[in-house]
Amino acid sequence: MSQQTVKTTCPYCGVGCGVLAMPKPDGSVQIKGDKDHPANFGRLCSKGSALGDTVGLDHRLLHPYIGDQQVDWDTALNTVSDKLRHIINTYGPDSVAFYVSGQLLTEDYYVANKLMKGFIGSANIDTNSRLCMSSAVAGYKRAFGSDSVPCSYEDLEQADLIVIEGSNAAWCHPVTYQRIAKAKQDRPKMKIIVIDPRQTATCDIADLHLPIKPGADSILFNGLLAYLAKQDTLDGDFIEQHTSGFDDALSAAKSSAGEIEQVATDCELSLEDVRQFFNAFTQTERVITFYSQGVNQSSSGTDKSNSIINCHLATGRIGRVGMGPFSITGQPNAMGGREVGGLSNQLAAHMEIENPAHHDRVSRFWQTDNLATKPGLTAVKLFQDAAAGKVKAIWVMATNPAVSLPDGHQVKQALEQCELVIVSDCEAQTDTSIHADIRLPALAWGEKEGSVTNSERRISLQRSFLPPPQDAKADWWIICEVAKRMGYATHFDYPDVNAIFQEHAQLSGFENNGSRDFDISAYANINKADYARLTPTQWPVTKSQPEGTVRLFENKSFFTPDKKARFIAITPRSPIQAVSTDYPLILNTGRVRDQWHTMTRTARASRLNSHIPEPIVQIHPDDATQYQLEAGALARVSSDLGAILARVAITDSQRQGSIFVPIHWNQQVASSASVGQLIAPEVDPVSGQPEFKHAPVAIAPYQAAWHGFMITHVEISPDSAYWVKIRGNDCWRYELADAAPLDDATDWAKQQLLGIAGDWLYFHDTTTQRHRFALIENDVIQAVLFIGATPDLPTRDWLSQLFQQDSLTDNDRRNLLAGSLGQDQPDTGPIICACFGVGEYTIQDAISCGDAKTVSDLGQQLKAGTNCGSCIPELQKLLG
Amino acid sequence: MSKPKLVLIGNGMAGVKTLEELLQLTPDKYNITVFGSEPHGNYNRILLSPLLAGEKAIDDIMINDLQWYRDNNITLHTSKTVVDINRANRLVIANDGTQAPYDKLILATGSNPIILDLPGKDLEGIISFRDISDVDTMIATAKTHRKAVVIGGGLLGLEAANGLMIQGMDVTVVHRSNTLMSQQLDQTAADLMQSELEAKGFKFLMNHNTVAYLGKQRVEKIRFTDGSEIEADLVIIAAGIRPNIALAESAGIHCERGIIVDDTLQTYTPNIYAVGECVQHRKNLFGLVAPVFEQATVCANHLAEIGIQRYINNATFTKLKVTGIDLFSAGDYRGDADGDTESESILLSDPAKGHYKKLVVKDNQLTGVVLYGDTLDGNWYFSLIMDKTDIQPLRDNLLFGQHHFSEDAEA
Repeated sequence: MSQQTVKTTCPYCGVGCGVLAMPKPDGSVQIKGDKDHPANFGRLCSKGSALGDTVGLDHRLLHPYIGDQQVDWDTALNTVSDKLRHIINTYGPDSVAFYVSGQLLTEDYYVANKLMKGFIGSANIDTNSRLCMSSAVAGYKRAFGSDSVPCSYEDLEQADLIVIEGSNAAWCHPVTYQRIAKAKQDRPKMKIIVIDPRQTATCDIADLHLPIKPGADSILFNGLLAYLAKQDTLDGDFIEQHTSGFDDALSAAKSSAGEIEQVATDCELSLEDVRQFFNAFTQTERVITFYSQGVNQSSSGTDKSNSIINCHLATGRIGRVGMGPFSITGQPNAMGGREVGGLSNQLAAHMEIENPAHHDRVSRFWQTDNLATKPGLTAVKLFQDAAAGKVKAIWVMATNPAVSLPDGHQVKQALEQCELVIVSDCEAQTDTSIHADIRLPALAWGEKEGSVTNSERRISLQRSFLPPPQDAKADWWIICEVAKRMGYATHFDYPDVNAIFQEHAQLSGFENNGSRDFDISAYANINKADYARLTPTQWPVTKSQPEGTVRLFENKSFFTPDKKARFIAITPRSPIQAVSTDYPLILNTGRVRDQWHTMTRTARASRLNSHIPEPIVQIHPDDATQYQLEAGALARVSSDLGAILARVAITDSQRQGSIFVPIHWNQQVASSASVGQLIAPEVDPVSGQPEFKHAPVAIAPYQAAWHGFMITHVEISPDSAYWVKIRGNDCWRYELADAAPLDDATDWAKQQLLGIAGDWLYFHDTTTQRHRFALIENDVIQAVLFIGATPDLPTRDWLSQLFQQDSLTDNDRRNLLAGSLGQDQPDTGPIICACFGVGEYTIQDAISCGDAKTVSDLGQQLKAGTNCGSCIPELQKLLG
Repeated sequence: MSKPKLVLIGNGMAGVKTLEELLQLTPDKYNITVFGSEPHGNYNRILLSPLLAGEKAIDDIMINDLQWYRDNNITLHTSKTVVDINRANRLVIANDGTQAPYDKLILATGSNPIILDLPGKDLEGIISFRDISDVDTMIATAKTHRKAVVIGGGLLGLEAANGLMIQGMDVTVVHRSNTLMSQQLDQTAADLMQSELEAKGFKFLMNHNTVAYLGKQRVEKIRFTDGSEIEADLVIIAAGIRPNIALAESAGIHCERGIIVDDTLQTYTPNIYAVGECVQHRKNLFGLVAPVFEQATVCANHLAEIGIQRYINNATFTKLKVTGIDLFSAGDYRGDADGDTESESILLSDPAKGHYKKLVVKDNQLTGVVLYGDTLDGNWYFSLIMDKTDIQPLRDNLLFGQHHFSEDAEA
């Protein structure tokens, strides 16, 4: 592998930052932000910066497996195709499904969609983007006739007001957030208003934070629309010439949120705050509403999107510099997935399954007569049908639905129930792949090559800088090989990823002529060399716009039949599940700063595991008091679907009555922390997106008999009701607790660390139930285990550092089970009085300061010489 | 006007320390006379071990040489043992007939080694380890003989064994229980120490009780209860001490196991005081230097007629003077192991390193400590015991040492 710098793209959020990767001879990879990439101009967040730490091959899936049997590719591929063919022949095409991911590259996605919809003949391909932004897609499509993100990141810098709604961009889209923060710093008149039930880190730059009642977004934006009308600040010309449906929308807004006082009450906000927000929106021309999962992950997420878009249409604030409704996506290639038709209700290249013209066009383009004719199952329904036995085969690619979907228990049941579960992944084991019949090893970031599209429609390449490890293969290759074996050889005979991209670009321009927003026909004949050099470009990229397109709808023409944007009349709906006596709290979920999705990649980087090392539940102080929760202790959070354990974090950034739990932890890293288990599979009727931000739950203290932590060099499987596994530098850390008391702590410790060689160190304070152990082999620390009755155990920092040391010093060893070195011990010099441990320097100090003139003075002050008296001659000598 | 006469019986550490303290308080109050059985001035008996080990010379262990007695106008009778106290006439009489009248009398007769009445106990080569002449005998024997057996695995026995090994002898320590230094160590610490001593060349016969010493003129063998025997050219008996109360008893002074003293170190007989290993104070006997010196201080205070101090039997601590063995024991080191359900133990051990620490806590106070291998904090723990510090706020890190607390934590 050459050691040159490779320009690639970050595999995490939808910001899509350019990354410079420099593989080093020692196998490490140096990572820098790409100054030339317009998404980040060289900046990277904590996760992106740590990418170099995530490319190791441990815990990777590197060979195909059937069951636990390692097989060669031919066997694996033949088995997959034979079984799929058999199930299709027996039960029909709708008995199989693909569940794919916004982390697939566009080319992978393209062939997966082509195989399922074009040749198997079912539309049962859906993607984890369903969980992320399908409401935003649906909202755009309803308003614009197309899934079109109108804005660009540079619009954020030119806006005078940014309304950040339902997004903790500071943690979830950090580079874009920093870009906004910098713009505000440069141009202090820019205003930021954050609308979020939680007071997140994003509020740090906010001029105003509206801690809205969870789920009340449509009321607020309906209220805004009514207010705009009342203030007579509508853009009548725009409404008249370029939109339809305004009257109905306004009347729905007025009837649900006509009075600002009522809006404030219904949203549980102060009137003054609402007024301030409405006035700011009313009085500022350049407004961007920047929104994310807080809007989308709702049973009325599509309506919420449209309530936002309505306000932009009503003021004509779209298609212009520094304006527009800007949905930011959560995944690196959610947008690419949308472009190829990765959602089960799309066809391909932003065409619709149920549109006969589109169907005919794609059939001709793909030269198939078997193109799916009706929308397929959306994610939640897909797994429900699998659990019900209707779907017989699922092929999961690059995602972890057992963790990420709602009602995780049912998802696991579905995977168990399913006749054939195929998982393509780069991880050896996930909560999903443990249910797989066949596992196929995919290339990971740094190994695979292909394109991705970020939140501002910018297509960039992920380029490889590492050789494919062992049997791992590109997803597109795996899919095409299966397709060929299923009898579609001529349609999936791509020599390389460039050939797929070419076809994708050709389809986007096929009989388009400006009728569809997604058009990258400028790349229709891109050759291999040009593809390899592809610079980040925003679609549409056409003959007339070869450099791409910064902003859509500048010509005020939309993709509806009448070219007019549509207002949608919104009647606000409450979240489906309301709190009850049994489940009195609203559970909100989301990301934390340094983790990504189900942690398969980020948890490999030890530096990303220190910000929030454990699953937490954030709760308001008054709620904590009411439910008898203590900071740092464990709580059991439950709904009627399941329960999890999480560490209590008390914060007044949380609304009273509402708690927050991160989405990341799963069974690979924690005993019981998959928050998806608690969430009912309630979905938006239009988008099918689950309501992840509003689940009624109960909370109670977890009555742990003991708490503990363990740090080891090698991975182990702790035997305790609560455990969390945290990767550190050269060590694994386990946070532990159990409601069942330990009969014999030493016995238990020896069982956990069975097989680790070394000398044992012990600490016991049985009265206070504190027990500590260490294992040292040849002065190298192998393991430590600390147990106590309460969670206030010593910090793990120093102990963890010891695992990076070649050997322990005597002082390290002496203090090991204290968990810290304590203070620097002053050098008291050679011991003179052995009985009382009095050193020469201590004695000299007493003499030189004049207090001690005789042996008996020294005895009185320091006790020196007062026991056996053996040192008195030496004391005399020192006195002179 | 003539000064009152003060007579001290016993020229050891306790008695002479009392005189030192007294002279500091009131240099001219008494005419002082001292009787000692040994031919020396006052020496530091604790340093017999380093003397035997060759680490110190006789001069190094002298506390007060003969000149000191002259300088302080003290009449010293060396090599004279007092055999009678004539209370009626306030007169003491030595074995050579020397008489001395007293107004105040201090008994500091010390203790005797416990030597069981076993067959052969009077054979040549069977000695104890109490004074300079014992050390002289050992050093001389080491030059001509090879096999030494020490009876008793306590502090003194181990120090004797160590010294004899340094003098070149092949040494076996015979101990009646399974726990060395059982007055100071619990089983874990004792086992650690035993291994470490074995590594230094010590041999041990644990759980062995002697039934007879065999030999014609000189001791040749020792026989145990199980019938087994070992060879011995020299036997050191260090199986405990017993207060030397014969003289006091013969004078009708109230004794039980020791001479009974009150908190001012006075016996039941007016004008007669007692200090050191010969006394019994509130049921306790003494064998360590710290309490004995405290007695000396209190006794001197009363002899000086200041009369305000009371003796309180404080916790004591021990260190073993065997080079390379770090050991510290203080207070009630047994704690809960002794069936005391109110006491709690905090334990830290690193067996591979040979480190062991045990703290005994009762009612949130530190009452005992055993440190083996890592004794740096012994002094700190001792002061926590003495000051009866509430250790509750210190408990989490107490066993890890003073450096885990800010400087004023012990206050």
